[in-house]
Formats: sequence, C-alpha cells, structure tokens
Amino acid sequence: MLRLENLVKTYKTGDQALKSVDLEVPQGQVLALIGPSGAGKSTLIRCINRLVEPTGGKVWLGDTELSALGQGALRRARRRMGMIFQEYALVERLTVMENVLSGRLGYVGFWRSFTRRYPQKDVDEAFRLLDRVGLLHMADKRADELSGGQRQRVGICRALIQQPDLLLVDEPTASLDPKTSRQIMRLICELCAERGLAAIINIHDVALAQRFVQRVIGLRLGAIEFDGKPDALSPDVLTAIYGEEDWEATIQKADDDEEVAAQ
Amino acid sequence: MPVIESNGGQIWRRRDRTQTLLRWGMWLIGTAVFLYCWKQISDATTWFFVWDAPRIANDIWTRATPPKWEYITQLGRPIWDTLNIATLGTMISLCIAVPVAFLAARNTTPSRFIIRPLALLIIVSTRSINSLIWALLLIAIIGPGVLAGVVAIAIRSIGFCAKLLYEAIEEIDESQVEAVTATGASRWQVMAYGIVPQILPAFAGIAVFRWDINIRESTVLGLVGAGGIGLQLQSSLNVLAWPQVSLILLVILLAVVISEWVSAKVRGAII
Amino acid sequence: MSAAHPAHRELDDMLGRRWRKPHLIARPWLRWTLGIGLAVYLVAAFLTIPVDWHRVYEGLDRGWQFVLAFTTPDFVTRFADIREGMIESIIMTVAASVVGIAISIPIGLGAARNIAPLPVYMICRGIVAVSRALQEIIVAILLVAIFGFGPLAGFFTLSFATIGFLSKLLAEDIESMDRVQAEAIRASGASWMQWINYGVQPQVMPRLIGLSMYRLDINFRESAILGLVGAGGIGATLNTAFDRYEYDTAAAILIIIIVIVMGLEYLSGLIRGRVQ
Repeated sequence: MLRLENLVKTYKTGDQALKSVDLEVPQGQVLALIGPSGAGKSTLIRCINRLVEPTGGKVWLGDTELSALGQGALRRARRRMGMIFQEYALVERLTVMENVLSGRLGYVGFWRSFTRRYPQKDVDEAFRLLDRVGLLHMADKRADELSGGQRQRVGICRALIQQPDLLLVDEPTASLDPKTSRQIMRLICELCAERGLAAIINIHDVALAQRFVQRVIGLRLGAIEFDGKPDALSPDVLTAIYGEEDWEATIQKADDDEEVAAQ
Repeated sequence: MPVIESNGGQIWRRRDRTQTLLRWGMWLIGTAVFLYCWKQISDATTWFFVWDAPRIANDIWTRATPPKWEYITQLGRPIWDTLNIATLGTMISLCIAVPVAFLAARNTTPSRFIIRPLALLIIVSTRSINSLIWALLLIAIIGPGVLAGVVAIAIRSIGFCAKLLYEAIEEIDESQVEAVTATGASRWQVMAYGIVPQILPAFAGIAVFRWDINIRESTVLGLVGAGGIGLQLQSSLNVLAWPQVSLILLVILLAVVISEWVSAKVRGAII
Repeated sequence: MSAAHPAHRELDDMLGRRWRKPHLIARPWLRWTLGIGLAVYLVAAFLTIPVDWHRVYEGLDRGWQFVLAFTTPDFVTRFADIREGMIESIIMTVAASVVGIAISIPIGLGAARNIAPLPVYMICRGIVAVSRALQEIIVAILLVAIFGFGPLAGFFTLSFATIGFLSKLLAEDIESMDRVQAEAIRASGASWMQWINYGVQPQVMPRLIGLSMYRLDINFRESAILGLVGAGGIGATLNTAFDRYEYDTAAAILIIIIVIVMGLEYLSGLIRGRVQ
C-alpha cells in the first residue's frame, strides 16, 4: 500500500540523511523502524507526508504518487496519513476535544473550524475515540493539564479521527516512563489491528519494538541495514545497526517481558 | 597569558598587558567624550538662570500650592478624551500590528526577501518616532483634536506591538505547528490552530502593556494640540495658572498609577 | 475492566450531543455584562470624538504630500539648523545616559530587596516610582521653567528618566539572580563591596549592558521631542518645519532619526551578542 522508491534526502547543510531507501508496506502491517540517533528515522517518516521535502525518489500511497503532488492535493493526501509525535505535539493551550477535532481540519472548511462548529458525525467519533482511550471525562480539560501518557493518548485520537490508511508514528514512547510506554505501544498496535491500519513506528527501544510489531526495519546512516521478523534480531544484526555492544541483555530483557506479560 | 613572570615569581593578573591598555584607552575615550558633551551643554546654558534656580523653584512651588481643587469639575471631559485616545489608539494599532507581525516573523512570512524587510521597516520607523511627533504631523494634516491623538497613538504603537509580537511568533513550539500541518490542514487552519493559541497569552500581555504606556503618552499629547488633558495643561501653563497646573499634574500622576496597577493585575491574571 | 460499564453509559449520553468549546468566562451573566459593557463603551467613545470630516478630507491631500516628501527629503535648505539640532540631541543623549546609568547602579542595588536593608530599599524604590510616574515631557516643562531654555534642562530630564527605568530593571534582575553563586562568595568571608563585585556583578553585568544600550536608544528618541518645550535638541527644528509646512525638511529630520535609531539598535545587538 505504501511504497518508497529510491528515496533520497540531502539537507542544505550537505548531510545525507537518506540514501536511496526502498521499502514496501502492505495493508495492515505494523512495522518498527529502529536505528541509532541520526540514522534518518525521523527524516524517513517526515518524507512520507512531506513535512520534509525529499530530494529525490518517489513515495506512493496506494495509487497516488505523494512526491509529485501540488499543495492542495498534498493536503488531501495528508488526511490519509495520521501522525503521532514524540513530544505529543498537542496544541497545549487548546482543550483535549479541540485537539482531537483538529484531526478533522483537512475535511472541514476554514470558517467551520474557526468557529469550532464541527459536523455532529465528527463530534460523535471524537467522543468514541476518547472513550476508547479512556479519556472521555477529560474532554474539556486543557491539553497542558494532562500527564505525558494522557497527552499521547490524545495524540493517538487526533491521528485516528482522520480515518487514515496509514499511521506514521515518531518515537511515541521517548518521553514516557517504561510502563506507560508499553501501554501506549499496546494501544497503538491494538487500534491498528482493529482498524486494519498499516503503521510505521519509529522507535529506539529495541525490546519494545520486538514485543509488539510484525516486522522490523533497521536503519543505519540513511540506508536499510536489516529487514525482517522481530525474532530474527540477533546480536550480530544489532551490531550491524548500532555498532559493537553486548546485546544479549537487550534480547534477554525482551524474553523476560514476554514472561511477565504471560503471567 | 594572564600569568606574568617577574623577579622569578609568577604574578596572576586578570588581563594581560594589551588588554589592560585597551581598557584604559576605552575609559579614557569615554571620559573625554563625556567631558566634551558636558562642555557643549555648559556652553549653551545661561548659568545665571541656573544659579537662580532654587529661588525660582521655590517661587513656583509657593504659587502652585495648594492646587485649585474646584478646577477638577472642568477636567471630566479631558480625562474621558484621554482614556479614549489611549484605548481606541491601542485597539487600532493592534489591528494593524497583528498582520505586520506575521509578515515580519521569520517562520510565518510569505517572502523573506521582499515582504519581511518591508514589515521590519514599518516596525522600526513607527517605533523610532515619538507619539508627540506623530501628533504634530497629524495635526498639520488633519487638524487639531482628539482624532489626531488617536491616530498618533495608533501609529506609534504599531511598531512596538508588532516587534514584541513577531518575537513571540518566532519563539513558538514548531512541533505543534507540524502536527497540525500533518492532519492536512490548510495554511489558514494551521495559523488558527497551530500558531494563534500559542501566541494568544503574549498578545494579551502586549496589548495591556501598551495600553498602560499609551495612557501615559495620551496625557501629554494635548501639549501639541492633540486632545486630552494635556490641552488643559498647556492652556494653564500659557497663563501661568500654577494652581491649575499642579492639580492637572496630580490627576495625570493618578491616572498613570491606576493604569499601571490595572495592567499589572491583568497581566498577572493572564500569566 | 470493571470500570468499562459506567464509562460506556457516559459515552452514550454524549453521543449525538452538540459540542461547543467551553467559554473563556464560564459565568454567562459576567460574560454578557463584559461584552455589552465593552460595546457600549466603544460606541460612546466613537460618538464623543469630534471629527471635522471636511477638514480631514482636505488634510488627505497634505498627508499625501508628506508621504511624497519622504521620496524627496530636503537635507540642504535648513542644513545648519538640522546639524545644530542633531548635534545637540546627540550630546544630550550621551551625557544624560552616562550620568543616568552611573546614578542608577547604586539606586538599582538599593532597590533590590535581597541585598539592601529595608530603609534603603524604601528610599530607592520611592525614587524609582517618582521617576517612572513623571513623563519626560512634563519633567522637561518644569525644568525649563526652573533652569531656563537650553540643553541643560533636557540633560537633567533624560538623566532623571534613565534612573527610573534602569534602576527598576536592574533591581528586578538582581532580585531574580542565582542565590547560590552569591552565597558562595559571601561564605568565603568577603566584605559587602567584594560580595557585590564578585557575587552579584558578574551575574547582572550582561543584562545591565544590554539595558544601558536600550536606554541610550530611548534617550535619543526622547531627545527628539524635548525641543518642543524648549529643552534643546532637534525637536525645535522639527516643530518649526511642521509649522511652516516644510514637509521635505521634516521628512529629512525624521529619516535621520530613523537611521540613527536603526544604527543604535544594530550596535546594541552586536554588543549584547558579545557580552552574553
């Protein structure tokens, strides 16, 4: 459903963030993107919905070539891609409900969004989503009153109310504690399964990635180093992605987690 | 470098020799410039009057006290005008300052090389010129009166408000804007959802702050004929009615204190 | 999962209901009173402004001429007046800034609650309050009446205004400084002067320099109006130019002021960049 062909991004400073990335993501697949800082994970995700303009190559979402769209068409295409951010990126001075409804901005006109008169269908859907993530009673709170985990749930609602085909998730757990991180990852994966969504989750916690996703891509210096099942992540592979380190403990921890969850 | 070898021992100094000399030189030049300035001022002064100053000050003080309290009945309308000049002037200037600020901020300007310098030029030129000068100019153009005062205050405030506002816009959290953009929002929607909520507190603070300053400035606009309580001050000064002058000065002082109190309260409530 | 049931009831209540953004002011009566009050005030304010539309219409033409004058500013005709006025303005600015800054440093120290004893604090705050409450132009009028016409009155006015501005901001900066650094110096057994020199000065110096530059800028702008009341500087020349409808000369003066202010702003940007 999503296809990247020969994607290249070179920043103005001359840094080559992505060198010719090819990737295909089928419908409904949840995929984790791992790699060291500066490997181009964020750039890759942002090149898909063109928050960062790719320098070369093509991005296909279904039958549309995203990389060739004009401004108006790009906005319509962005509605099909929900995005979840590292620091939540909620508009902090707006209420939870406004933040969730802002996911519908691409569908309503300016005046309607400005006066906050959203179609009843959207309002109902917003309530359903907030109920699904357990924040219904928070709807009229301001976003900056929420805790980190709660904010990320609102961020998830904002992405889902777009009715996307694809979720782009940028370090969803980087600012959260371990328990909340796991809850958030589980929530994202459950929701993707419920709605048959594909997702690209950019994450630095290898153990967490292994536990929840069906496929892992390892990125190193802007090129794909590994592409396979999570259980194929051996110490050798991790060394190839991240460099020399004792990886047994990391993988071991993932197994322990499995046991804890089973209990 | 700052450690100097002398007589076999090491002496620590904060600065080495050239730095020390340079600093002395700077101080010397500074002092010379100041003394020159003072000499010029002194030459242009009639010192006889200055030596006479204590007597004159005393003379004015005895004439000005007590203030002519009953004159306050004639000050109602001028005070109302003063308030209107400040308030309407601030409102009009905000209406213009907001778009100018968006055009001047690096992250929202539509064109970095044509429109941004133009917006910055508007900001610096309206800011550099005092509201009294704007008032003089407007009186020459549209005649004396409250309207000239309102417009003068409005023009003077554009630069001030727009400067503070565009700095606030440049400091916003870009990730919130990015998130709104990623939903497929249009340019205007990104503005309304991503940028405006973030700068709203700064905007309110700037508006109240400027209103406070404008109350001060509008009390003296009348000196050049642009309406408000300054007109009464000017006419009282012209006929040397010192008891009236002292009452007007008291009223102005009170207005300044009240407006500062109000603005501090409102800003405290916003932040 | 026991909480799931009531939560769903809550959801059922909310589905199909209209959603409105919560109002900024929750109490309706207060909201309406404020709104209507504002509207009434605005109408009253507009109605009480006497506007002679005929005069305004005539004035538009003159306004346009003034705008055009900016494209052909006349620096030459009144060159001697402009030069003299400008030099006087600059001299007043420099002298007043130096004296004002020199006086505001002790007063600023005295007006900071964390380093000054209470009586000193009260006196210094009093000076700051008086200086801030009186506007430059009013002080200038009084000083001209006392000292006679000329730049001396302007010099005193600007120095006095500088004290109120700079002392207050300096005091606020000292009050918000890092206590630990100052305490460390005090703990070394330093005297009061040494303590100020080592514990306080390094912390507030960059900001003091920045504020001083800013005040220099303000003093120059203010010096341009002091001439209106006879306290010296370019203001008198400017006033004459307006009175005679010599817009091209006025435009020339305004352009010089704007250029100098821009230069000062650029300079203060450079200096602030260096000291921080």
